[in-house]
Amino acid sequence: MKRPPKETAESARRIGRRALFVGTAQIALVGVLGWRMRSMQIEQADAYRMLAEENRINMRLIPPARGLVFDRNGVPLAVNEQNYRIVIVREDAGDVDDTLERLARLIQLPPDAVQRAKEEMARRSAFVPVTVAERVAWADVAKVTVNAPALPGITAEVGLSRHYPRGSDTAHVVGYVGPVSDYDLSLMENPDPLMQIPRFQIGKTGVEAKFEEELRGSAGTKRIEVNATGRVMRELDREEGQSGANIQLSVDAELQSYTEARLEGESASVIVIDLDTGDLRTVASAPTFDPNLFVRGISVADWTGLNENKYRPLSAKTVQGAYPPGSTFKMVVALAALESGLVGPEDTEYCPGYTEVGGSRFHCWRRGGHGNVNMHRSMQESCDVYYYEVSQKIGIDRIAEMARKLGIGVDHDVPMSAVSQGVAPDTQWKRDRYGESWRIGDTVNASIGQGYVLATPLQLAIMTARIATGRAVQPRLIKSIDGVETPSGAGEPMGLNENYLRRVRAAMYDVSNAQRGTGFGARIVAEGMQMAGKSGTSQVRRITAEERARGVTSNADLPWERRDHALWVNFAPYDNPRFAVSVVVEHGGGGSSVAAPIARDVTLQALYGGPPPLEAYPSNIRDQIAEDQKRIMNHLARGATPRDRA
Amino acid sequence: MSYLESNAKYVPTGLRKLLYLNWPVILLLISVACFGFLMLYSVAGGSPTPWMAPQMKRFGVGMAAMLIVAMVPIWFWRNMAALVYAVALALLVGVEMFGEVGMGAQRWIDLGFMRLQPSELMKIGLVMLLAAYYDWLPLKKTSHPFWVLLPLVFIGLPTMLVLTQPDLGTALLLVFGGATVMFMAGVHWAYFVTVVMAGAGTVYAVLESRGTPWQLLKDYQYRRIDTFLDPSNDPLGSGYHITQAKIALGSGGWTGRGFMQGTQSRLNFLPEKHTDFIFTTLAEEFGFVGASTLLALYALIIFFCVVSALNNRDRFASLVTLGVAMTFFLFFSVNMSMVMGLAPVVGVPLPMVSYGGSAMLVLLVGFGLVQSAHVHRPR
Repeated sequence: MKRPPKETAESARRIGRRALFVGTAQIALVGVLGWRMRSMQIEQADAYRMLAEENRINMRLIPPARGLVFDRNGVPLAVNEQNYRIVIVREDAGDVDDTLERLARLIQLPPDAVQRAKEEMARRSAFVPVTVAERVAWADVAKVTVNAPALPGITAEVGLSRHYPRGSDTAHVVGYVGPVSDYDLSLMENPDPLMQIPRFQIGKTGVEAKFEEELRGSAGTKRIEVNATGRVMRELDREEGQSGANIQLSVDAELQSYTEARLEGESASVIVIDLDTGDLRTVASAPTFDPNLFVRGISVADWTGLNENKYRPLSAKTVQGAYPPGSTFKMVVALAALESGLVGPEDTEYCPGYTEVGGSRFHCWRRGGHGNVNMHRSMQESCDVYYYEVSQKIGIDRIAEMARKLGIGVDHDVPMSAVSQGVAPDTQWKRDRYGESWRIGDTVNASIGQGYVLATPLQLAIMTARIATGRAVQPRLIKSIDGVETPSGAGEPMGLNENYLRRVRAAMYDVSNAQRGTGFGARIVAEGMQMAGKSGTSQVRRITAEERARGVTSNADLPWERRDHALWVNFAPYDNPRFAVSVVVEHGGGGSSVAAPIARDVTLQALYGGPPPLEAYPSNIRDQIAEDQKRIMNHLARGATPRDRA
Repeated sequence: MSYLESNAKYVPTGLRKLLYLNWPVILLLISVACFGFLMLYSVAGGSPTPWMAPQMKRFGVGMAAMLIVAMVPIWFWRNMAALVYAVALALLVGVEMFGEVGMGAQRWIDLGFMRLQPSELMKIGLVMLLAAYYDWLPLKKTSHPFWVLLPLVFIGLPTMLVLTQPDLGTALLLVFGGATVMFMAGVHWAYFVTVVMAGAGTVYAVLESRGTPWQLLKDYQYRRIDTFLDPSNDPLGSGYHITQAKIALGSGGWTGRGFMQGTQSRLNFLPEKHTDFIFTTLAEEFGFVGASTLLALYALIIFFCVVSALNNRDRFASLVTLGVAMTFFLFFSVNMSMVMGLAPVVGVPLPMVSYGGSAMLVLLVGFGLVQSAHVHRPR
């Protein structure tokens, strides 16, 4: 096609004009783009930079290592154990079902573990490791590692978890840890951010709970870079946390284990308190439980078993059990009487076997009566009528005051769970509690540690310790925290008349060592080791006049729940007291026959720092004792209560 | 014998043509491509695979194609214009019937050795056809309604086909590219004013039709419009892309976070970081300095093309040069507007930088036409 040149020139001019117009528009648009770049990259750069950092940087907490718990000699009671876990990462696993099936053929897996892992995987992102099995044996870890090529996405990881090497022996004192629950969180005012870590464990009972703050330590932090899907790319920096403080208990693990073994088969508690420092050498409650079960997550069957057991293994009876102290309360009444000045040490009361008060007849345990008894004899032979009479003379308020002075019915600062206060009743107490006025019969009942009087085994031990020393001995369960010694519980003198105290102690000595003493059968014969004690047998039922006429049913014929509590308190050695001991055997029967031998064995074990020589026992029972010792040693070596063997 | 052919004796011949190429444009294209290689290396986490190496190979092939096209006299290409357009149109129909569906859109034909996007070819084919049309059309008839209607059909046919794929970005490019050529060719102002008015009406209709049975756009396209208007109302859904893109771009600052130090792209916060959103990585890692340098390079390419066109008295050559330049301009300006939040996300790559074969190859062939026009201009 042909065009005249003129037209071409005209066309070029027109194109030129239009192109300039378009070019101008283009320059304007480029200008807009440049301006937009400037405003975003220069003016708002800081804001965008911050958004980018927020995108990529996450703060993660590093859980601190929990503080350890030791006994007084450095024996570990609560430690952190390396815990091998098998984890699976979904995105690396390929066919998850297939891989898990192969894993289950290789190692033992709990049946619901696989299901739980699958559910968790479905909830979480593909790259999040999900735990399939915890506390895997080393052999299984090795199997998994060796077979790694056949198990894509499955790896063994190591973490720390709590372990109690002494198992059930120290369960009530040390307590246990468990995962934070919603309920726990609701109780905390300002929860530590650590609580947000899944499966983070905190103390639930005992020292673990009471010293949670100290044991936990503080969290470290690390800043990590994550990508758009939240996958961790690398760690940018980290600030290490502070491990929890180590705690040393005053408990002697060997003595504690021995005591638990000695209590095998009983529902009982034993306290051994060091008179110089108030150290609780033994805080034993039987039966007991394996705290390690709780750390792993206790099964329903185990939980039901523990909870419905009538011997209440979960209860720390040493501080939670409040019992009528029975005749062990007589020292309180005797001291209150002597201190009141209304009763002299040699004043006697006549015991015909009973006394009439307010129209009711109160019996002495010996039906025929004791005749004329003074304070010394009343204690040695545990005459009840003496105390019926004396208590009426001095009144309940003096008795209650002395009880509180000696540690009954008051709080003691021991870091254990659900500590009971006991009851040292007086007129005011009854009015507050029941809105009734105090009756003279109540005083008579209280005078032999029955009625409203309640004491915990710990309080009985403290009472004995205070009588033995004249000082207000305070129990001390924590010897040191993070190497810092806690104040001694030796206590200041109570201001009681030393003369009177000496008389009470002498009477207690004869309880154990005089031919007619109720504790004579459980005496110690080793020179310089003799103990001074007091038995108690407290009723948990009312004996009717009809039954009394027919002859009191013997304990052995009663159902367990209705038998008498057997109690015993003592200190030893008499000449130079080092320990005070209290023993309560629930529904055990007679204090002198059931509780006293236990106390004797534990006392000797404490005094000798190990198995005592047979010569410490009266010659007629040495064969029997030797056999018992062998049985207990076997028991300890076997570790019948779940605990690690040394 | 046309005017152009009569002046052919002034045209350099053989390899001497190489000396008469529009070298500034070639050097600028190579610079831009180098930006692309660097970014593709970076977004792959410092690796030539999977993107940089193939891209370099394709660039080599594209440059070779550009030189071959440049060596062929421009009047040959004028004569081929209708054929190129017809082939591209046929391929678009073919895509409609046999194409593979990828990313929710039917866009390419698998030729075995490469995936051809006919819509890319059409961008050049349309410019060529319109330029040839106005070269043929006597100047007086340019604004005659019938002769205006005809190019509208040329533009409308491929646009419809592309929209059904659906590929809104390419459709917009075709319409704007074609309209610009018509405007340059001298079609009367009044037509454009009318169209702009009609366009505004259409936008209104499109927005009003939403949710009715005669809805004009797909749901995802509406969502993109929503997102564009307010990315923050759905930061983790469809607004996520644009929000993250802006964060990447803005956090670059003056000089950027350094080569391969861009956290947004390296940690996968950016979508399609090697294709449509590659500019955000560049802006993040090289900052305002790098981003504005690239913008300047693009602007200079347009500038040299426009200068070449204005110095060319041949109508076809001039219009083709301006049309290719305009297409190129639309590519980068739409892409940059999109990632900077100035335009909805329509899926237009950053020319010569984004990973992708068809677009780069076709653009380089287009620049081959520009070069041919430059070399073979009447002197």
